[in-house]
Amino acid sequence: MPIHIIDRRLNPGGKSLENRQRFLRRAKSLVQGAVKKTSQERDIKDVLEGGEVTIPLDGMHEPRFRREGGTRDMVLPGNKKFIEGDYLQRSGQGSAKSSGPGEGDSEDAFRFVLSRDEFVDLFLDDLELPDLAKRKIAQTESEGIQRAGYTTSGSPANISVSRTVKLALARRIALKRPRKEEIEELEAAIAACEDEDERTELVAQLERLKAKSRRIPFIDPLDIRYRRFETVPRPVAQAVMFCLMDVSGSMSEHMKDLAKRFYMLLYVFLKRRYKHVEIVFIRHTDRAEEVDEQTFFYGPASGGTLVSSALQAMHEIVRERFNPSDWNIYAAQASDGDNSYSDGELTGMLLTDKILPVCQFFAYLEVGESGGSAFDLSDSSLWSLYERLRNSGAPLSMRKVSERSEIFPVFHDLFQRRETAQEKAAP
Amino acid sequence: MTEHLFEGADWDFHTLQRITDACEEVALKDLGLDVYPNQIEVITAEQMLDAYSSVGMPLFYKHWSFGKHFAFHEASYRKGLMGLAYEIVINSSPCISYLMEENTATMQTLVIAHAAFGHNHFFKNNYLFKQWTDADGILDYLDFAKNYVMQCEERYGRIEVERTLDAAHALMSHGIDRYPGKKKLDLRAEEKRAGRRRQHEEEVFNDLWRTVPKGAAKSRSTLSIERRRKLLGLPQENLLYFLEKSAPRLAPWQRELLRIVRHIAQYFYPQSQTKVMNEGTATYVHYRIMTKLHEQGRITDGNFLEFLGSHTNVVFQPEFDDPRFSGFNPYALGFAVMQDIERIVTNPEDEDREWFPDIAGTNDVMGVLRDVWANYRDESFIGQFLSPKLMRHFRMFHLHDDPEERAGIRVDAIHDERGFRRVRRELARQHDVGYIDANIEVVDVDLSGDRRLILHHHVIKGAQLNETDAKRVLQHLADLWTYDVALIEVDANDKVLREYVVSPRPIPAAVA
Repeated sequence: MPIHIIDRRLNPGGKSLENRQRFLRRAKSLVQGAVKKTSQERDIKDVLEGGEVTIPLDGMHEPRFRREGGTRDMVLPGNKKFIEGDYLQRSGQGSAKSSGPGEGDSEDAFRFVLSRDEFVDLFLDDLELPDLAKRKIAQTESEGIQRAGYTTSGSPANISVSRTVKLALARRIALKRPRKEEIEELEAAIAACEDEDERTELVAQLERLKAKSRRIPFIDPLDIRYRRFETVPRPVAQAVMFCLMDVSGSMSEHMKDLAKRFYMLLYVFLKRRYKHVEIVFIRHTDRAEEVDEQTFFYGPASGGTLVSSALQAMHEIVRERFNPSDWNIYAAQASDGDNSYSDGELTGMLLTDKILPVCQFFAYLEVGESGGSAFDLSDSSLWSLYERLRNSGAPLSMRKVSERSEIFPVFHDLFQRRETAQEKAAP
Repeated sequence: MTEHLFEGADWDFHTLQRITDACEEVALKDLGLDVYPNQIEVITAEQMLDAYSSVGMPLFYKHWSFGKHFAFHEASYRKGLMGLAYEIVINSSPCISYLMEENTATMQTLVIAHAAFGHNHFFKNNYLFKQWTDADGILDYLDFAKNYVMQCEERYGRIEVERTLDAAHALMSHGIDRYPGKKKLDLRAEEKRAGRRRQHEEEVFNDLWRTVPKGAAKSRSTLSIERRRKLLGLPQENLLYFLEKSAPRLAPWQRELLRIVRHIAQYFYPQSQTKVMNEGTATYVHYRIMTKLHEQGRITDGNFLEFLGSHTNVVFQPEFDDPRFSGFNPYALGFAVMQDIERIVTNPEDEDREWFPDIAGTNDVMGVLRDVWANYRDESFIGQFLSPKLMRHFRMFHLHDDPEERAGIRVDAIHDERGFRRVRRELARQHDVGYIDANIEVVDVDLSGDRRLILHHHVIKGAQLNETDAKRVLQHLADLWTYDVALIEVDANDKVLREYVVSPRPIPAAVA
């Protein structure tokens, strides 16, 4: 009997990929909820690592008719001391009751592992960048290559054999180049021919055909075609993200942490949409400075609070390095809301005249102490200023946050798919 | 001294070929097995996971639930909660065995003996498989099913197809014919039978019968009910079959989908009834083959010890109070009974002669075993061949747990003279699918009224349906039937315990 032994290991993998995608599609809302929940518990820097999520099995349940209860009979191995007629006490999970439970009971929550991409997709799904209109085709590193038909000259490596042969065939037919069979036929006819005259005639004909076939080559340099490629500019959208933060003494570690989380989310989000994302960190007390990330979050600083200084710094940096026609500019400002009273007017003016016109999006995040509900307190000076601006039509998004777990919902809220991001917002 | 088949743990495809040839020699000559042609495929762990999620079949239609199983298996495999099987074997002709690439040479030998000869023989010879499965056609059928589902998705939309398949899957356990249907006679045979009947009537004709009083004529309404039920083929326990043939508003492609699911459920039906026997057979066969190869000197002592190590793991039966206990291990039970049969046939004691007069001391081990493998399923196999000696060996006892009983769980019988038969009967019953699956059947359709479909669940031993699940399944059923569905749970005395009524969900207008 013949036995076939087959090595299947090299077969393409991922046979279950399609089913897996169907499953994810179907469980989308559940998985999305789980992803958000997971991401709240995680550190932001791990937030996009993918990994295990748990969804309630309920929604993905495959029901079957199952029976339960009633009197049960079972035969078990390993009797040591029982004799017929003994009674065993029922204890909640008595040893005697440990006989196989129905399969359905054992998995009430469903855990599985998402890949990094799946995770990020679900995480950022249904979020949309506000105002994507201003995309600039940057000059650098934007060349792509794509097929663009055929050409008569080129490198031998690019010869298109099928096209060349096709053309050669067309040419041979058009010029009536004798086929091999025709010549063979004629030769056979000559061999079989008796009559001398007719034979000479045929030989002459054969000579003509042969000459013609020599004259008309099988493949002419004329036929040769090369695959043509051309370089095309690829639009590369680039974005810069300004992180503005108040680091004056009134900002606690907790508040900074909230702000940091928000910035991270924004970064991840922009990174998904743009090839290039630059980040500029500007921290301010009563004067502003551009710093690196480490200093931004952890460097000690103290002093009063002048928001206008940060806006002024941002304006200058934009003017020097980020031409608004080349860059999509995003800005997010985090603060506890304090601002010296006298600064209000200048801040408002800078924002409306200089900053907002060049920004795609400007978000203001007011962070509060944990536990204290930010919404009960009277509005801070900055909040009321911004609210006034917004009410007069300035494209501003603003939210208040005091708990770590609120960050994602707020972020989600700000970037939800909608007609335009600059609509009325806020509680 | 014969040459060793392999040395150490490494193998290549020539080694596999040698191993298979050696196993085949023992299987066919010494054990007299009768197998389908073998096809052995070496696969990776990922491919094994793939196979897991599509119930072991090499090709299957696409459905999200398989993705769910895949994700689940993958997660537990990655965490090391679950090992993968060494092999998967498919009841088809040729019989396909999948071997994991990371098995050692010894394990490959074990697995080839186990799957390619043990399972293979069982598939080819057991009456249930012969009756219910078509080994030659199954792969073609799955191919057809896969393409058909794909075409339906293209034509009618993924969501619509998914809805139908979801419903069909929920009813899959009740989409099985449990008894082979009547064979339709062809016309010639029909005519013959009618002729014989007429002849019989003429022979026994007696005019006196005419004068015997008949019972009261049946009322018109009873007659019409009977006629209706007969027309619809009721009562019918194959719910999918009933829907496929009688659901009023299903599209032809939906009926075909139900049919596909039903056929696949039917294909797996014998496997659920023969877990103990199937694994027992395969384990017994691999044990015999491996021992023989070792005796012939074709497997080194070291490799044989490796085999014994994994063999003992496979047939390990934890006791009921062991934390590892999760019911009877089919490998252990099946293997033990078959070895016991070997003992009874070759070396019986008085007790065995009394219990098994037919086979005790006949000395034809393989003859008896081949007969057992061909003609029994788990329930009848245990009911027939579990010997008192084995019950003592496993120290079996029977517990009766009546929730009404205040004193606790009663020990009904143990492995003693008084208890052997009861323990055996009870264990056999535990392996009887007739007892395991809920007994649900379609009993009537209110054709003159609101077309409500009426089902009965015959409750055994007070075990009613899980409510949430029952409602969900009935919802699927109602969606297919497109009118109300009622499920009535009745006990043995026809007392109604509970009644469910479910209405179909409206089909979204966009799709309809």
